[in-house]
Formats: sequence, C-alpha cells, structure tokens
Amino acid sequence: MAQSSSAARKSSGRRPTPAKMTVTLHVNGIERRLVIAPWTTLLDALRLHLDLTGTKKGCDHGQCGACTVLVDGRRIYSCLTLAVMKDGAQVTTIEGLAQGSTLHPLQQAFIEHDALQCGYCTPGQICSAAGLIAEGKAGSADDIRELMSGNICRCGAYPNIVAAIEQVMFGKAPGEAKR
Amino acid sequence: MNSFEYTRPVDVVDALCQIAADPTAKFIAGGTNLIDLMKENVARPSRLIDITRLPLGKIEETRDGGLRIGALVANSDLAYDPRIEARYPLLGSAILAGASQQLRNMASTGGNLLQRTRCLYFYDTSTPCNKREPGTGCSAIGGINRMHAILGTSEHCIATHPSDMCVALAALDARVLATGTDGQRSIAFDEFHRLPGDSPQIDTNLRADEIITAIELPPKGFAKNYTYLKIRDRLSYAFALVSVAVGLDIEGDSIKGARLALGGVAHKPWRDREAEAQLSGASPTRDSFVRAAETLLRRARGFGHNDFKIELARRAIVRALGQAARGTPQSQADKRVK
Repeated sequence: MAQSSSAARKSSGRRPTPAKMTVTLHVNGIERRLVIAPWTTLLDALRLHLDLTGTKKGCDHGQCGACTVLVDGRRIYSCLTLAVMKDGAQVTTIEGLAQGSTLHPLQQAFIEHDALQCGYCTPGQICSAAGLIAEGKAGSADDIRELMSGNICRCGAYPNIVAAIEQVMFGKAPGEAKR
Repeated sequence: MNSFEYTRPVDVVDALCQIAADPTAKFIAGGTNLIDLMKENVARPSRLIDITRLPLGKIEETRDGGLRIGALVANSDLAYDPRIEARYPLLGSAILAGASQQLRNMASTGGNLLQRTRCLYFYDTSTPCNKREPGTGCSAIGGINRMHAILGTSEHCIATHPSDMCVALAALDARVLATGTDGQRSIAFDEFHRLPGDSPQIDTNLRADEIITAIELPPKGFAKNYTYLKIRDRLSYAFALVSVAVGLDIEGDSIKGARLALGGVAHKPWRDREAEAQLSGASPTRDSFVRAAETLLRRARGFGHNDFKIELARRAIVRALGQAARGTPQSQADKRVK
C-alpha cells in the first residue's frame, strides 16, 4: 500500500531515488504482490514482472491499442497506466479470457473469421472487444468500427475483426456479416 | 521516464498542501497525457500526487437546474450519462468525437482541460519551443505547421489546444470550479485557457497551487439544435484539423441565440461574440451562416501548410450551422457529413 508522506520534501538539494513500493494486483483472478518502482507502467508490470507477455507493447504512447487490458472490467491502455495507481484493482489480460481449454467466444470468432495476419495487435483487439461488449454501446457495424478505433491493425484485418465481433455480439455466422 | 516520488493525498486539502510544498510536483489523474509527456522527457515532475482516490467523481444537479461534473468523472462516463445525453448532447457528442474508448475510460474531466498541445515541436526536445523552453523560439513558424493555429496566434507560438470536450464546454458557457489554499473560485470557461501571447508556456489561468474540483454546466443545453462536427485526417482517433460546436436557440424561423465554438484552430477553444451576435435575430439560412463564418474568420491567418484550414473552417462552420438548424446533428459513428 502506498503511503502519503505528510512532510513534503523541500525542493532544494539532491533527491534520493524514491523507494520501490508494494502493489497488489488481482490479475486474471489471482492475487499478485509486486515490489516495483513507481514509474513502472502496468504494461511493464505484466510483461516484465509477472511474465504475462500476451499483452503487447506496440507504440508505448497510447496510439496503437496493442497494450489494451481490462482494469475493473473497463478497457484501458496499460502503457499509459502506472501500476502503483491500480493498487488493489482487478486486471484481466488475454491470458485470462479462456475458461480452461475452452476459448473465449471472441478468441474463437477471431479464428473463425481469420481476423488477424501477424497477430501482434490481436490480444489488444480481443481485450478491447471484450470491453466494448461489456459497455453495451455498439448496435451496428458502424458503432463497432468507431468504438474499436483505439486498436490499430497494420496488417489491415479490420473487415474480419469487425465480422468476428459482430458474430459474438449479434450471433451472425461467418459469411453473414458482409457489408 | 525520470524517477519520481509517488504519493496519495488523503483529501483535497492534503493534495493542495503537497503541491504548495513542492513546485516541481504534479497532480495525476487519468495520466493519458502526462505519462506520455514524461516518457518523452517533456514533463519531469519530481513527485506525482495521485488524486484518483479523492471524492471528486460525481455528477450532481445544481440549484439553478444545471449540472456539476466532478473533476474525476471519466470522459466515457460523462458522455454516456443519461442527463448529458438528454440535456447536453453537444457535450456527449464532442467527447465521443475525441480520442479512443480506452482513453475516454481513463481520462478525467479536469485532466481533459489541462492536456497540453500535441504540437510535434513541443514533443521533440531536440527542437526549440517557447512553450517547452521559454525564449528558445517557435519551430512551427516556418516549420511543418499543417496542424497549427490560424486564430489568436502570436510570434511566440502557433500551437492549438487539442481537446474536443473543451470546445463543447466553451459553447455551453460552462464554468470551472477551482480550489486553492486560499479558497474556492469559479472561472468562466472562456477565461480558463489563454492565448499564447508572450508566455505560451502558460496554458491556463489556473494557479499552480490550485486544483480543479468540478465543471458546472448552466441549465441551457441546446439539446434540440446542436451539432459537433469534427474534420480530421482519418475518420476516428485523430486530432481535429477543424471542429465546430454549435448550439442554436430557434423560434419559428428565426435564431434567438447562437453559440459557436471552434477547435483545432487556436490555442484555446475559439469563440467570437460578434459572429454569434450576427446570427442572433437572423433567419437560419445559408447566407446568414456564410456571413457568420466570414466574421469569425476575419482575422484568420495561415502559416503556409495550414492555409487550407481557413477555407476548411469556413465550410465546416456553414455545414455545422446547417446541421444544428435542421436538428440533424453530426453522427459520431456514421461519418458521412450531411
């Protein structure tokens, strides 16, 4: 637990390197305690400290969406999130979506629709789509495209990504979702 | 990123004491802009004061029939709040035109006001920039300036304010509630952000020892005749080249009152009272809209690459006024501009 230091340090003089902090994250349902520097992003905490490398580092500046994870059920960019600020939060990554050996419906739909080429953006796309479905604001393919715009796919698999999400949201079978 | 100390104040007073004691400290909420600036070495705070656990996350009715939006309300929660959707759809529409859903889930209402320009020279620490390092010069004047301002510029800075939400808040005559060590004050939205003048390093009139606690919306929301039209290089997840927020009060076939604010064209959301006064009493016709656009842009000036913005703004204003007058606001999902 981070402590608020009541005696503010004077701005003069050299500052000692700030101490590492203990942070508790509930990652994919498992409580994980981390001792990390305050400038550790959630993305680096997941990848480097917890060895959960499914979440990808693309731009590292909140412009590509590859690092998308769910925090307390909402999709966010883990590259622009400090892990210390999420002390106590529930974090869901791509590794936490499947139920045992049964894939999450979005994972299955991405396979069925061939919604990827190189696959680097895919964990972020799928976590983002899971967040989109939970938000319940998309009622059409236009809405899906707009609300998925925070996830870039440089291979250009967008039509199939939208089709995969439509299948899960509206029960459309492969082939039906063509525009 | 530079190393920094991290603290969590127990309340607003504690937060204010901490910021007053350390001028190199910064508040952090959503962090969507600040963390990026820290990664780019543009911001180098010695301490981050995490205000996200302070009780500033509610949307409440005000006594005069308006709404008070807590500074920590997430942009997405604000856009989808049923009271905003019903009474202030211009604000909801502008928010949904900006950023991506992930960023809107993270970004706070107060932080949206305090985001810095996305001028590439401001971000590039190898180039001169008066906003980043006062006195070094402006690289955008005479440089690559396609995204830059056409109104209210100075010889020291031609950066734009990047927010969409703020353009709607300006049009709605919102007020910013700030608390400092010597009490609370309410700032008119138009007086919150500054023009660059000779001190472009200072974006707003918020004092260093103050914190934004809320935004207040007056009762009038222009829910019937409004639009937020944003023109950008790609259809989503891009900053505005030009954006236009319009609220009209129409009775019969005449305009009783008009609000018109532009984004992407100046160092702050741009309003022009003369153009609005010209619309007041006029009939909602294309001719009136063209006249208002010409008035608003009468002192517009391009810097080379952004010359096109003057004509783009003129057309966007005319189009947006038409959308608002007809009661057919721009959809933020179907991108066709009608």
